[in-house]
Amino acid sequence: MSIELSHYLILAAILFSISIAGIVINRKNIIILLMSIEVMLLSVNLNFIAFSHYLNDLAGQVFVFFILTVAAAEAAIGLAILVVLFRNKGSISVEDITELRG
Amino acid sequence: MIEAFIFYLFASLTVASATTVVTVRNPIHAALFLVLTFFTSAVIWMTLEAEFLAIILVLVYVGAVMVLFLFVVMMLDINIARMREGFVQYLPLGIGVALVMLALMLSVVTGDIFSSEAMLEPIPKAADYSNTKALGGVLYTEYVFAFEIAAVILLVAIVAAISLTMRKRPKTKYQSPPDQIKVRKADRLRIVKMRSSNFEP
Repeated sequence: MSIELSHYLILAAILFSISIAGIVINRKNIIILLMSIEVMLLSVNLNFIAFSHYLNDLAGQVFVFFILTVAAAEAAIGLAILVVLFRNKGSISVEDITELRG
Repeated sequence: MIEAFIFYLFASLTVASATTVVTVRNPIHAALFLVLTFFTSAVIWMTLEAEFLAIILVLVYVGAVMVLFLFVVMMLDINIARMREGFVQYLPLGIGVALVMLALMLSVVTGDIFSSEAMLEPIPKAADYSNTKALGGVLYTEYVFAFEIAAVILLVAIVAAISLTMRKRPKTKYQSPPDQIKVRKADRLRIVKMRSSNFEP
């Protein structure tokens, strides 16, 4: 019994849906929001790697490589912004960030 | 048979730990469960013959990004009770959005296009096949321009993260490059005339 491509795609779809639910549920918690984005990128990467395996094409893996690079940069800058926010306001609650609200 | 067992075991572990990440109370536990999610995904990637990326996921993600996450979470003073406000209120909405999205995606991926007849199981690679070598072969030739751009993105991320978080403390001693450049010989060096004949040991 071998595993079909659709099994991997279903797994990636479930992971993506969990992270969408996580973004909606934890909308007060910036840290969990960032983690949900990481899970989302992971599920997209799983899709790319599954297709790369089943189509026997390395381009998918190269793309995952670049997604990992950009995700690492995004996490570093996002956390740096979080640290600066905490230093200036003393809290990272989403409700305290209302300066730009009209 | 063993492939199916490994796949279902690690797929269920991935889903369970990802669910825990978004529902757990403490952000530290969420970060640790995210580490577990990355580990189990790395195993699944390895069964898909993407060995290099599986190792990169463990080294870069678990080793660097998640440590950074844990570092920041522990450094900040987080009011967990306040963060959890609205959790129950938004729970039905979140589950509803997720289910609709899941149903849409499943209706696409379970269709005939991706069935086992259309997408045949590929022949396993030989034991001496190197995924890293193959990836490097295309990365440095066909995708070299994108690779350079990725390097620039990382450099920009370094500069941005450092310039965002660096702060000048009043007591720190700094060099002043303009003053250093403006300096002249007369400011630093004083030549004293003296007779050498007076010197008697």
